Amino acid sequence: MMSMIKKFKAPLILALIYLGLAIWLPSTAQRSAAVAVNYIGEMALIIPPVFILMGLLQVWIPKEKITALIGKDTGLKGMLISFFMGTIPTGPLYVAFPLAGSLLQKGARTSNIVIFLGAWAAIKVPQLIAETQFLGPSYTALRFVLTLLAVIVIGRIMEKRITIKDLPKIE
Amino acid sequence: MVTIITIYAFLVVCLALSIWKSREKTTQAFNLSAKALWNMAPNLLAIVGLVGLILGVLPPETISSLLGVEAGAAAPIAAAIIGSITLIPALVSFPLAGSLLDSGATVITITVFITTLLMVGTVTAPMEIKALGKKFTLLRNGLSFIAALIIATVMGVIL
Repeated sequence: MMSMIKKFKAPLILALIYLGLAIWLPSTAQRSAAVAVNYIGEMALIIPPVFILMGLLQVWIPKEKITALIGKDTGLKGMLISFFMGTIPTGPLYVAFPLAGSLLQKGARTSNIVIFLGAWAAIKVPQLIAETQFLGPSYTALRFVLTLLAVIVIGRIMEKRITIKDLPKIE
Repeated sequence: MVTIITIYAFLVVCLALSIWKSREKTTQAFNLSAKALWNMAPNLLAIVGLVGLILGVLPPETISSLLGVEAGAAAPIAAAIIGSITLIPALVSFPLAGSLLDSGATVITITVFITTLLMVGTVTAPMEIKALGKKFTLLRNGLSFIAALIIATVMGVIL
């Protein structure tokens, strides 16, 4: 029981804050709750398939395969594969973290994982369409190019500083 | 909608293949998924709660007034802070950014807002740390924040 409370400490504290808000600032509480409920709906649809896919990846894809596709010596090919994996429409960035973690443990190159996460976060086809519609094609094209460059540079910088020891251990 | 359909279609194909090849390994995969999900559950719930709280206190109208013309020189700074701490779906943030631009906000402000929103995640950092480690998370978010400022400046100069 205690260990459960400890594990869920953060959400429990948040629930208390919501309770406090409901008493002192009911209109804010209402807005917050509406957003939260909306998010839970989105998560309930996206999270289960992503976690199942991650489980399948861990069981079926051998380390050598990941290393050969997006590992240390894959150069431009590895960058392109990582980029395209990231642009597949698959929901918010936080669902990509566990996937990225498994890929890193399986021997993916750090800079490729940063490209994967960057593409996942900032460069998606449906997203680019909405961006073009509301901010125009030249804005969208320029942000696309600059973001891509930034992600490649960030990957290179991080690669020099991150080693396998910095990654959390698989339980 | 496209997202949901793509991901489920992909899952069905992978799952069918997996069951066809080995039931045992499929069960093993499910066990791994369940364990990972249980591990992440507190973080996921906390993200939901925090996002709700932040957007409850900072509804789109408030964000608009903080990033709009009347905010003046403080607008890009507000954009960087709000973009880094909130989690607004891209399909909502683009119309918001578009209307801000039309009503006179600068390219720098809205680009800082969009780029930090997409690439920097304070609320999701605990989950990122759990999956990728503290060092990775700090570096990725820190460098992305700096990149957002540079990208916005370059875009402000060019456009």
